[in-house]
Amino acid sequence: MQQTVTSPRSSGAFGDKIFEWLCRGAGLLVLALLGAIILTLFVGGLPAFREFGLPFLWSTDWNPVEGRESYGAAVPVLGTIITAILAILIAVPAAFGIAFYLTELAPEWIRGPVGTAIELLAAIPSIIFGMWGLFVLVPIIQNYIQLPFGEILGAIPLIGFIFDSNNFAGTSLFAAAVVLAIMILPFIAATMRDVFLTVPAVYKESAYGLGCTRWEVMNKVVIPYTRVSVVGGIMLGLGRALGETMAVTFVIGNANRIATSIFDPSTTIASVVAMEFPESLMGSLKQSSLLALGFLLFVISFIVLATSRWLLRSRLK
Amino acid sequence: MNRRNLLALAAGVAAVPALPRPGFAQLAAITGAGASFPRPVYERWGQAAREGAGVQLNYQSIGSGGGINQITNRTVDFGASDAPLAADQLRERNLLQFPTVLGSVVLIVNLPGVADNALKLTPDVVVDLFMGRITRWNDARLVELNRDLRLPNLPVSPAYRADASGTTFVFTTYLSRVSEAWKSGPGAATSVQWPVGNGARGNEGVSNAVRNTPGAIGYTENAYATVNRLITTQLRNKSGAFVRPTMASFQAAAGAADWSTANFAADMVDLSGETVWPIVSPTFILLPTNPVADRVAGSLNTMKFFDWAFKNGGEAARRLEYIPLPDAVHTAIRGAWSAVKNPSGASIWTA
Repeated sequence: MQQTVTSPRSSGAFGDKIFEWLCRGAGLLVLALLGAIILTLFVGGLPAFREFGLPFLWSTDWNPVEGRESYGAAVPVLGTIITAILAILIAVPAAFGIAFYLTELAPEWIRGPVGTAIELLAAIPSIIFGMWGLFVLVPIIQNYIQLPFGEILGAIPLIGFIFDSNNFAGTSLFAAAVVLAIMILPFIAATMRDVFLTVPAVYKESAYGLGCTRWEVMNKVVIPYTRVSVVGGIMLGLGRALGETMAVTFVIGNANRIATSIFDPSTTIASVVAMEFPESLMGSLKQSSLLALGFLLFVISFIVLATSRWLLRSRLK
Repeated sequence: MNRRNLLALAAGVAAVPALPRPGFAQLAAITGAGASFPRPVYERWGQAAREGAGVQLNYQSIGSGGGINQITNRTVDFGASDAPLAADQLRERNLLQFPTVLGSVVLIVNLPGVADNALKLTPDVVVDLFMGRITRWNDARLVELNRDLRLPNLPVSPAYRADASGTTFVFTTYLSRVSEAWKSGPGAATSVQWPVGNGARGNEGVSNAVRNTPGAIGYTENAYATVNRLITTQLRNKSGAFVRPTMASFQAAAGAADWSTANFAADMVDLSGETVWPIVSPTFILLPTNPVADRVAGSLNTMKFFDWAFKNGGEAARRLEYIPLPDAVHTAIRGAWSAVKNPSGASIWTA
């Protein structure tokens, strides 16, 4: 008995040291991995940056024809940003509604099944969304959204061109945004529901007691209390939307042209890389440009994350 | 089941491949990687060659670019590419190039009321459809060519391969050949900057896009169009005759090609001849001319495999809608194999 009292104490101190260093190692490993990935992409993309210089960022070329190779990032970068923002615009209000309904309005027996359904939606592989988008959503957009609404909305002065397109295949920025919205919806909705549940009941009850409407409770009590986590959930969704590959490739139309309308085909960074990488020769300018695009995607994600942090700077302290 | 049982089981499983199995004992394994276009025929040959040639083929269709990368790094026994490599690139990488089968590219359309192989197209009309210069199907030039058809007033919706592919290379080579504007514009490559239209992934993506969109036109490998019963078109060839995409017109192209070009890089696009389909192309194998010692057997077995396939695989290829090479070309290829030498400088292929 005596032994078991003393020996754990000494080995405990030693074990704790090991534990500390293991944790430190794990933490540093993340940093090292991140740094290594950025470095690999940057070094791989260097020949492209060197060849094209800064205009790589705003050139709309993507011309792999031998002898006049010329690559630019403008179209995929714009496509990535536009689809992600559109997806967020569609997904956030819906996620908000779902979360509020589940925490405040829904009868108890319905909360469980709907909550589980949302989590299941998050578990569907992206390729399924892509196939569903191509076979189901694209024809619907083509026949029931673009044809009837495209022309009516196209007549609006000044902003009408956003809806006016002579692409009739249905695969478009809009289709990609809708698929992305459905894909990121569960992430945002689940986060929102979880954080809405953390609001102490007494706050809400007090507000209701003062005669607040449901909207006022949401707007004045729940949202301010959970703002940081809600934005965190949205950023999680935005991050996924920026990097999504397969589902987008299926429905975006893969055209390296600047889209003037949301019904025009375009492309995204992840989609271009996935489509072109297998046929790019090692060490070629094309492969280097693809790696440079990957680096730019990293930069965009970083900017998004940094901006969200900055927006929340007062709250995070 | 306790741990000891599991271990015994695992040992038993591991031991199985080592047991002598009659008929399979002398199988020599070769690995290849590259083009996806010839995958079905290589796989069919691979199955048959296990018995026929005693060679077990493991082919990974990772794309021509990937195949060239892998054979340059010598991680496989042979690479496969749809587009021929330039002579200086072959020299630099110490590779021998030879064709195996021919494939053809056909145009597919979705026009309500227009039957299979009914629509007649000329090269400049095809170029203008993919250039966005003809935007409606009832365009005067199309009506002029197809007086017997009722062409609908639908917008033209071109569909192309979004992934870089040999099919796109062949098709854009054809467009560049028949049109100066295409040559100086989008040009010919495994992927180009398309002026109009939508990109879809793979042959199946393009055919799906065409099937879903009335007024769509796309291009795909003939094998894919035939198997899926897609609506193809006639095309006017260099001799001015309208031809249907059939095995006879593809074979006519094989016969008309000049196979004496260096490295068998025969040009089969837009050949002359009354019955010649104008968009036909060979697919190639890349073999190291200086295999390292432990890859010599793999190189020899690769040649054995294709020697067997040339002798016995014609019918299988035809059934999969590929076009076998003329016999004279097979003989020339066997002759070229003598360039593959082992480290001591002797030819590996001696038959």
